[in-house]
Amino acid sequence: MKGTLIKTVLIGISLGLIWYTNSHLDIYNLSIVNNIGIFAILALSYNLINGVAGQFSLEPNGFVAIGAYMTAIFIIPMDTKIDMYALMDPAPVILQMQANFPIALLAGGLTSALMAFLLSVPVFRVRGDYLAIVTLGFGFIIRIFAMNSPAYTNGAMGLNDIPEFADFRWIGSITIFTFMVMIHVIYSKYGRAMKAIRDDEDAAVAMGVNTFKVKTYAFMTSAFFEGIGGGLLASFLSTIAPDQFTFLLTFYLLIIIVLGGLGSMTGTLVSAIVIGFGLEWLRFLDDNMNIFGYETGAHPGMRMVVFSILLIITMLFARRGLFGDRELSDILKSKRASKRKDA
Amino acid sequence: MSKGILKIENITMQFGGVTAIDNLSFEVQKKEIYGLIGPNGAGKTTIFNIITGNYHPTKGEIIFGDETITGTKPNLVVQKGIARTFQNIRLFKSMSVLDNILIGFHNQSHYSYLEAIFRLPRYFGQEKKIKAEAMAILDEFDLTSFADHKATDLSYGNQRKVEIARAVATNPSLLLLDEPAAGMNPSETEDLSTIIHKIKQDFDLTILLIEHDMKFVNNMCDLVTVLDYGEKIFDGKPADAIVNEKVITAYLGDFTHA
Repeated sequence: MKGTLIKTVLIGISLGLIWYTNSHLDIYNLSIVNNIGIFAILALSYNLINGVAGQFSLEPNGFVAIGAYMTAIFIIPMDTKIDMYALMDPAPVILQMQANFPIALLAGGLTSALMAFLLSVPVFRVRGDYLAIVTLGFGFIIRIFAMNSPAYTNGAMGLNDIPEFADFRWIGSITIFTFMVMIHVIYSKYGRAMKAIRDDEDAAVAMGVNTFKVKTYAFMTSAFFEGIGGGLLASFLSTIAPDQFTFLLTFYLLIIIVLGGLGSMTGTLVSAIVIGFGLEWLRFLDDNMNIFGYETGAHPGMRMVVFSILLIITMLFARRGLFGDRELSDILKSKRASKRKDA
Repeated sequence: MSKGILKIENITMQFGGVTAIDNLSFEVQKKEIYGLIGPNGAGKTTIFNIITGNYHPTKGEIIFGDETITGTKPNLVVQKGIARTFQNIRLFKSMSVLDNILIGFHNQSHYSYLEAIFRLPRYFGQEKKIKAEAMAILDEFDLTSFADHKATDLSYGNQRKVEIARAVATNPSLLLLDEPAAGMNPSETEDLSTIIHKIKQDFDLTILLIEHDMKFVNNMCDLVTVLDYGEKIFDGKPADAIVNEKVITAYLGDFTHA
């Protein structure tokens, strides 16, 4: 019960910090922390299927797009929609979809989870890299659908004027909630089974684990929170278009979870913060620099080069990421255990 | 007369044109330690894979208790009470010894995914229960002090024990051991036979084992079946097996033509 007390206190402190940050930080810095929050949600959920369950998947961009579009369509007022859909009149069902923000987020998450279920039925019947192939294709299909269905998604023009409900109070508390859910999953029989499947699927089956069910749970949980994250992204940016949900988004999340450690949620959180701030602080690399009178000229994208190098260094020297596959609490626990052994 | 717990009836297994098992039948009685021996490639592990549902036999039936289990999915076979170990140790590498054992309790802890996410009371009750039971099993195998160690940090002999403990954790009535003594030194082997006898008593187990170490088989098994090229060449007491001419020929070759 000591653990529960510590947990409650920690959550209380974090919520206090979130509320304080939301009302005291300037707009620029607030937008950075909001961005970090959203990417933390996406990376945490991505890490469950990819790191904990060890099923190499490339799904986030598809599910984020689903969540973003669902939420946006639900929260944009009807009149705005009639004005906005320029290429084609919006389908009647689009006009009828109206809900408040929390319900809209939930709808985005649940739709993603449902799609994940439909994908997992064929994919998890076979082993191997099929999940990666199928989810990669799925991401393309969703984007092409968004491009070519002007009556539903307003085509390539995307959706604008999405009400900006998603402030740091929403984003921050959902980040904490996502983190809690992931930790709770990991430290349960389902999380243990996911890790067992990652380590040795045949042995997991020989222990009586229904691997199809466990993998589907992991995949659906990931998809649910990716959908929610997408909804937050839509409302935070107030505008979305199909081009935002390319494979690059998935790749960006992959960098976060690999740097943090596949299978470590605390690692993911730390890595999301490091990468989020890092990308902002390294912005000067993109601009023109004056080195002892020599003008380098502006090189947009230079900071991504630095990040690629960072990733290569991680691969070379810390192949398992910052935290490996362990949580911070596990690392502290083993430190304490080894100290006791020494004494 | 004791009751047959496992009946292998006329099993034939063909991989393409190769017949790995040819019309094999034998019966394991309750509370017995039954040995399955034979030279490399005789089809011993194939039989294990058929019993556990990893392979579907070309012909024949597997009867466990009163039920025909041929074609049952591997994870359901475990739930019916058949657990196995692997020839090459296959522990969950990234997990602690305790977590490895807890995987064995997967189907004995009853709480749903949502109960785990929201940490409802049943989660705490069930986790506490299975952790206590897992510690009891570790105690049985003298592994208590290693509970928090990473499974792969243990010595070879102890890793073997963890693998058997993990199988016992699934609460089986029939335990299949695939070469439990392989790669062990004599003292480890002796230790292992003591433990196998002990768990057989304590958990009320029937054991079917594959082994090459004839001394070990002689000490352990009540009955043996000897396989060669998928065919049964001997059935009976281990002491009789090692003097049987066919068995000697299978292992050492035919000297009459030499």
